[in-house]
Amino acid sequence: MEKDSNVGGKTSNTYTGYLGCLLRKCVFATLSVGPIPNHLAFIMDGNRRYAKKHNLKEGAGHNAGFSALMSLLQYCYELGVQYVTVYAFSIDNFKRRPEEVESLMDLMQEKIYKLIEEVSIVDRYGIRICFIGNLKLLKDSVREAAERAMKATAKNSKSVLSVCVAYTSTDEITHAVQESCREKVDAIEQADSYNKEEGNNLLINLVDIEKKMYMVAAPNPDIIIRTSGETRLSNFLLWQSACSHLYSPSALWPELGFWHLVWAVLNFQRDHWYFEKIKKQI
Amino acid sequence: MSFTFRRTLGSEDIAATTTCCLHFSNRIGKLGLLLLWHFAHFVVRIWYFVLAIAQTLESHLIARGVFEEYKTLNINKLHYLAIVVESEEAYKTSKVIELLKWLADIGVKHVCLYDSEGVLKKSKEIILGNSNATFWEGINDKSSLLDQKLITIEFASFSDGKEAVAKAANYLFVNHLTLRGDLMEPIFTEPNMTDALRAIGFKGPDPDLLLVYGSARCHLGFPAWRMRYTEIVHMGTLKSMKFGSLIKAIHKHTMVHQNYGK
Repeated sequence: MEKDSNVGGKTSNTYTGYLGCLLRKCVFATLSVGPIPNHLAFIMDGNRRYAKKHNLKEGAGHNAGFSALMSLLQYCYELGVQYVTVYAFSIDNFKRRPEEVESLMDLMQEKIYKLIEEVSIVDRYGIRICFIGNLKLLKDSVREAAERAMKATAKNSKSVLSVCVAYTSTDEITHAVQESCREKVDAIEQADSYNKEEGNNLLINLVDIEKKMYMVAAPNPDIIIRTSGETRLSNFLLWQSACSHLYSPSALWPELGFWHLVWAVLNFQRDHWYFEKIKKQI
Repeated sequence: MSFTFRRTLGSEDIAATTTCCLHFSNRIGKLGLLLLWHFAHFVVRIWYFVLAIAQTLESHLIARGVFEEYKTLNINKLHYLAIVVESEEAYKTSKVIELLKWLADIGVKHVCLYDSEGVLKKSKEIILGNSNATFWEGINDKSSLLDQKLITIEFASFSDGKEAVAKAANYLFVNHLTLRGDLMEPIFTEPNMTDALRAIGFKGPDPDLLLVYGSARCHLGFPAWRMRYTEIVHMGTLKSMKFGSLIKAIHKHTMVHQNYGK
C-alpha cells in the first residue's frame, strides 16, 4: 500500500508538473500576441532576508536563490526572451564579511561547473554564458570556472545569459574610458609621424566608449527587475537603462516566480508605445 | 478504371479537407489567443484604474493631514532631490513651478530638474523667476547643501550624462599625454573619473531620491555616474501630480536603510 501511495504520489506530481507546463505554455502563447521583451535584467536582492525569514542557515538563502534563478531562466527562454542579465555579485559586495564572500565564491564556482558539466538548461536552450565585470578581482579558481563556462558555451547561439560578477556600472564606464584612451594611444603610436598636437586632436567619441563597455554584445535591457521592493539600481546597468522599464516587486529573490514575470511582461506591453517613443528621442 | 479514378479523387479530398481544417483551427486558435490577450490587458487596465482612485483618495487624505505618520517629515535625510520629467510634459512650465513650490513648502533645499531634451534648461529663466529659488552654482559637499536658505535648482539634460563622460574621457586622455610625456598605457580609477567630471563642470552630487514624472518608471537617461544608490520612484504624469503623493514618496525615502552592498 505504501509502495502504491508512493507511486501514486509520484504520478500525481508528474500530472501536476504536466499541467503546470501546459498552463505556462498557454499563458506564454497568449503573451506572445503582444511584443515580448528581448532583454531582461535581474537584480537578485533578498537572499539573506529569505534565509532569515525562513530560519535557514546562512548560505541557504543563496542556494534557494540559485534555484529561483534556474526556474526564471527557463521561463524567460520559453517565453522567447533572447538576452537575460543577472547581477550576481557587485564590487561593493566584497565589503561583506570575508567568510560570506568566500562562501558566495564557492557557491558560484560549484554552480558554474554544474551548469556546464551536467545536462542542463544551457543545453536545452542553447545558452551562451558570458561573465561580465572586472574578473581580475575574483579568486583564480572562480575566474577559471567562469572562463571554462564561457569557452564551453561559446558556440551556443540561441540565447545569452550575462552574469555580472565583480561588476559595477561606474567600474564598467571607467574601464571603457580607459580602453578608449589606450586605443587612441595605440593610434598615435602607429601614426606615420608622431606629432603631439595632432595626437591631442584625436578626440574620443561616445561611440568609442560604448564599444568598450562590458555589455556591448547585448542590446539595452527592456526591463530591469529588482526584487525585495528596493527602488534603486545599486550601480547596475546605469549606462544601458535610459529606456528600461524598472520594476520592483516586493517579493524576495528566491520568492520571485512565474506570475511576477507575467506581470512584468504585461506592464512592458502596456507601456511599449511609450518606450518606443522615448527610444527615438534619446 | 473509373473506380481507380474515384479512389484517387477521395485521397486528394481528404488531404485538402485536413489542410483546410488545420488552417481553420489555427485561425480559431489565433483568434482565441488574441481575445485572451485583450482580456488580460483589460484586467490590467481595470487594476490600474482602481489603483489610481485609491492613490488619489490616499493623496487627498495625506494632504489634509489625516495620517499621523505623514505629519512630520525628517527632511534632513533628503540632501539632494532629482526630478525627472518627460520632455513633452516639461513644456508645462506652470506645473513645474507649482511642483517646486510644493517642494519648498515641504522644506527641500536642493533640486535637480532633468528632462532628456533640455526643455527645462531652456525654460530656466521663467522657472527661476517664478519660484523662490536660486540657480545652483556647483557645490561638491552634500552636507553643506542643508545650510541653504532658498531652494537651489540645477538643470540637467541627456548631454550631462553620456556626453559628459565622453568629455571627461578626453580630459583624462589629454592630461595623460601632457603629464606622462611618453606614450605609457593609461590607467584610470573611478576617483579619476569623478575628478575629471568635476573639472569640466559636471559637479552635481548624487541625488538621494529621484522622482520620475512620466508615463512609466524609467529614468530617461539621467546621468549614470550620479545614480549609483539613488532611490527611483515613479510619480505618474506631471499633469496628474498630487501633493499628498509627493509627501508619501519623500516620507518613504526617509525610512529607507541602505547597506551599500555590505
